[in-house]
Amino acid sequence: MIVESWILLSFCALIFCVGLLGVLLRRNLLVILMSIELMLNAINLTFVSFSYQLQDIHGQVCVFFVIALAASESAVGLALVIAWFRTMKTTDTYAMQYLRESP
Amino acid sequence: MFKVSPSLLTLTIFFPLFWGSLSLWLPNKWRASFFCTFAFLGSLITCILSLFLYQGFSGETGAFEWVHSRLWLRDFGIYYEVGVDGMSLWLILLTTFFVPFAILCSLSSVQKQVKSYYFLLLALETGMLGAFASLDLFLFYIFWEAMLIPMYFLIGIWGGKERIYASMKFFLYTLVGSLLMLSAIFYLGYEQVVQAGYHSMKFSDLLQLKLEGGYFFLNPQNLLFLGFALAFAIKVPLFPFHTWLPDAHVQAPTAGSVILASILLKMGGYGFLRFAFPLFPQAVMYFQPLFMGLGAFAIVYGAWIALAQTDMKKLVAYSSVSHMGYVILGLFSLNESGMMGAYYQMLNHGLTAGALFLMVGMLYERSHTREIAAFGGLARVMPWFCVFFFLVTLSAVALPGTSSFIGEFLILLGAWQTAPFWSALGASGVIFGAVYMLTFFEKVALGPDGKQKGMGDLSLREIGLLVPLVVAIFSMGFCPNFFFSKMKSSFGRTQQIFQKHF
Amino acid sequence: MGSSAMVGMVLFPWMGFLINGLGYWFFQSSSHQKKWSSAVAGSIGTLCMLFSCALAWNFFFQFLGLPAEARVLEYAGFSWISLGKLQVDLGLRLDSLSSLFVCVITLVGSLIHLYSIGYMKEDPTPGKFFAYLNLFCFFMLILVLGDSFPVVFLGWEGVGLCSYLLIGYWYQDQAKAQAGKKAFLVNRIGDFGFLLGVFLVFTTFGTLAFEPLKHAVLNAVGVERSIQWICGLLFVGCMGKSAQIPLYIWLPDAMAGPTPVSALIHAATMVTSGIYLVTRLNFLFTLAPWVLHTMAWVGAFTAFFAASIALCQRDIKKVLAYSTVSQLGYMFLGCGVGAFGAGVFHVITHAFFKALLFLGAGSVIHGMHEEQDLFKMGGLRKEMPHTFLMVALGWLAICGIPPFSGFFSKDEILGHAFHGSWGLWVLGVITAAMTAFYMTRFFYLAFLGRSRHASVHVHESGWNMLMPLQVLGFFSVFAGFLGIPHASWLEHWLEPILGLSIHEPNGMEWPLMFISVLAAVLGMIWSFSKYRRFDPCEAQAFPRLAHFLEHQGYVNEGLHTLFVVALQRVSFFAWSVLDIKWIDGFVLGVSSLATQLGGLFRLLQTGVVQHYLLMVLMGLLMSTGYWMYVQG
Repeated sequence: MIVESWILLSFCALIFCVGLLGVLLRRNLLVILMSIELMLNAINLTFVSFSYQLQDIHGQVCVFFVIALAASESAVGLALVIAWFRTMKTTDTYAMQYLRESP
Repeated sequence: MFKVSPSLLTLTIFFPLFWGSLSLWLPNKWRASFFCTFAFLGSLITCILSLFLYQGFSGETGAFEWVHSRLWLRDFGIYYEVGVDGMSLWLILLTTFFVPFAILCSLSSVQKQVKSYYFLLLALETGMLGAFASLDLFLFYIFWEAMLIPMYFLIGIWGGKERIYASMKFFLYTLVGSLLMLSAIFYLGYEQVVQAGYHSMKFSDLLQLKLEGGYFFLNPQNLLFLGFALAFAIKVPLFPFHTWLPDAHVQAPTAGSVILASILLKMGGYGFLRFAFPLFPQAVMYFQPLFMGLGAFAIVYGAWIALAQTDMKKLVAYSSVSHMGYVILGLFSLNESGMMGAYYQMLNHGLTAGALFLMVGMLYERSHTREIAAFGGLARVMPWFCVFFFLVTLSAVALPGTSSFIGEFLILLGAWQTAPFWSALGASGVIFGAVYMLTFFEKVALGPDGKQKGMGDLSLREIGLLVPLVVAIFSMGFCPNFFFSKMKSSFGRTQQIFQKHF
Repeated sequence: MGSSAMVGMVLFPWMGFLINGLGYWFFQSSSHQKKWSSAVAGSIGTLCMLFSCALAWNFFFQFLGLPAEARVLEYAGFSWISLGKLQVDLGLRLDSLSSLFVCVITLVGSLIHLYSIGYMKEDPTPGKFFAYLNLFCFFMLILVLGDSFPVVFLGWEGVGLCSYLLIGYWYQDQAKAQAGKKAFLVNRIGDFGFLLGVFLVFTTFGTLAFEPLKHAVLNAVGVERSIQWICGLLFVGCMGKSAQIPLYIWLPDAMAGPTPVSALIHAATMVTSGIYLVTRLNFLFTLAPWVLHTMAWVGAFTAFFAASIALCQRDIKKVLAYSTVSQLGYMFLGCGVGAFGAGVFHVITHAFFKALLFLGAGSVIHGMHEEQDLFKMGGLRKEMPHTFLMVALGWLAICGIPPFSGFFSKDEILGHAFHGSWGLWVLGVITAAMTAFYMTRFFYLAFLGRSRHASVHVHESGWNMLMPLQVLGFFSVFAGFLGIPHASWLEHWLEPILGLSIHEPNGMEWPLMFISVLAAVLGMIWSFSKYRRFDPCEAQAFPRLAHFLEHQGYVNEGLHTLFVVALQRVSFFAWSVLDIKWIDGFVLGVSSLATQLGGLFRLLQTGVVQHYLLMVLMGLLMSTGYWMYVQG
């Protein structure tokens, strides 16, 4: 083993959590998108490390799917952000409370 | 006697709905009176069909007749099973007898969305007939809930000023009780599987269940009975579950009030008699003092409150609370006199309260007010009206010779044999009932006239509405045996169930 | 002749009611124009009553020829209620007791119908009046002929209904309508007791018909307590109908109705229903000595109290009303000491002379153009000589002067009362003196002395009003010979009902008779002397007491506050507090609880997506954690 698997996995988990917290706590839409990318990359890394640990190629195959998915999803997401910004002139999520019950 | 096929009962039950949905296809711009006549025709046909039912009914054994049974949902054992016996026969006849009256009395008072109005009345009739006839517990529940929907719309669309509040209150209040009954029904179905091994919701199968009763308050039979009893007690309405009634009655249109008072209130009593008593006899005996006390108190309480009313319809609504207290008092006395008297009281309260609401509706149509203080000395201005009003007042006061006397006499006699104290309290209702009814009559009909100008006396249609009711009231006062003869064996069966446990 | 004739006798007034009533309803009520005169309507009514009367007296004379056990005519009727042990038939039974009552009712009824033709001549709705009168007679006949409790109750409530209709006959006056309502409601209080008594009879003896009940009572053991309760409760019913303390308050107010009504219903017939019931059930009451004791004392006190109020009344009809209450007290006094025959005797004589007095008063009122205040009358002897003569006969009868009828019946009661308890006798004699006093006052103020009505032109009444007076006068004089002591035909006649009559020991009779007549005469003399120089403006002898009595002892006001106002307060409280605030408040509270819970949960819906994501995450964590816990 070059690197012990537990270090690798905890590293990936850490990155995933950072991404998750970013999605939950940040107010800027673009930052949220970037955090989602972070989460997806952490997932990729997790797949690769498991594939290395278990000596199974299927993990690395999944990585390809995830990368393609992440790319298309961020393209759609950026398009949505642009459309939103054009109408609302802000990317602050706290300004988007339209689902709230008006008191 | 000639017997048609057993599905005559199903035909009778669903014919009003069918006819009503026919009327939905008619063009909107026809006159309101045409829709009324069309609906009236349908209800008359239903009445004739029910007369065929009556003719073919013998009532010698206490068994169900005109039974129509089909398996519906096999996995749950839910059957479509309907039938009549002595208990349901007269209530079915009361229903089919009364709906034409309700339809006819709305001829001149309903002008908007007329088609839907008559459709809803006919749909309501289907619901009521189905509830009276169903012999499968789940089917009964379906019809029970199905009655609420047309009534909700009737009150909510064609009602008075606070109709939304009243219809919501009525709907939700009744629903809450029914939901507890539903859970009780589910438990019964579960017990059926546990004890007998197969699914069934048929009443005859559920009667064979052995449910544990006893002295401990929270035994299964008591809890199940309470679940059923809450739904029925709300419907009766039994004190203290009666507060939906004044609002619902006051805000409902005349036909709605008539049907509500005449028939829907009887559902509660019928439910007790048909389902709660045979299924849970020990629980009934356990709670007997409580219900007798509540019934006796309701008699007096309803009469006291009715005395303080200034709104005519509220007064009659509270008088209904008072009269239905007699029903509960009689039912829970658990002897032949009390139970048959309670049933008879249900029939004649239908007639009396229906007539009273019809008359209040007639006054409202003329003057657009329900305040008692706005009327006075009507005997001079509307003599025919006041004659009928007085005759119905006599019935409400239970003068011998009217049907109410037979009902109250038998109830109080039966209750006396079980619990003299509650019977005495109920008998004081004789005094208080006369107080508020006679005060009401005196304020409206007697005294100097002059408060209401130009109120016309009864039209021919209105006389035609009131005459059969008054004739029925007085003839029922002298010929109760005619009704009892068909009922005796069915009540005898219920009696036997109780005697096993006494 | 037979049971069908008996049914016919009962149905004749019903036919009169139908003809007059339906005729009025269909032809007159809407048009408000008098369509047929009181002569037409009245003739129909009177004819029906006369047919009934003829049949009744025919039966009576037939019975006279039969031996005592055979004086029974039964009509089985049809089965009214048939429910297991409860078998009630609408049957009628004519026997010695009921034949007496039937004769009196039909005779007095016919006379009053005839009288009303003249009295109600100017009334705009005579058809209605005679319909109601006939209906009343129908129900009264059912009451006395009924052979079981429910049938009697049918008649009982029926006469209460007709009383309500007739008292409130001039309904345009709200006060008169309310007087009718008061009568009905006070009667209902009595009916409450009646019903409870009936229930107890059924649960104790298993039957509601009188003849089987008699056999059951005679053969029953161990039911003494029940019998006491039964009789007590039934007596409450009698108190309501026959106006004993405290349920007498409706009778004076009932004078709001037309005078023939007061004469028929509130003097001769309806108010005697209580005594009829007690006599009919004497086999029960004799087994309940406490109840009889109470009955006697209640009767005595009622007699005394009512007489004291009558001393100071100004209205001519109110004097007679309180006099009726007082005489009813006498009847119950008689029944209470076990002398049911004496009670019935007084019923019969009272029916005649009280109806006479009322009809005479009506004649006076009619002649004085609706004036009813005694202080404004006087000297009518000259203007209404025939009325004066007849009323004089009634006056002498009621005062108990021999050989008029009232003397015999009252003396019989007093004689038995003495053997019951000397206190009762003392009260009875004092009341007799007071009766003589106020009746003489009434007679004097109305007919004798100077005229105080100079401006009013008084006319004597027509023959159709005078003839009933003459017939009643005849009976007031001679009816007493039915019950001469020790040769009482009446006691003998009533033996099948009452059992063999007990003859009280002989000794005290003549002195007692002498004392009671002396008391009456003294009362009359004192009254004469007091009212000879009568001046309405002069101050009274005992002003405060007189004021108190003139306002009827403030009983009405007291009971009004105690019951009516209390009931109104209770009902308003029940409505506004119990119903609206508490029960409905609870229901609305439940619904507002649901609304508030919803409001609470609404706080979760912030509209910020990240909060929703957080909730998703937490849910995921919880379910994963639970799954892991279950697995491991």
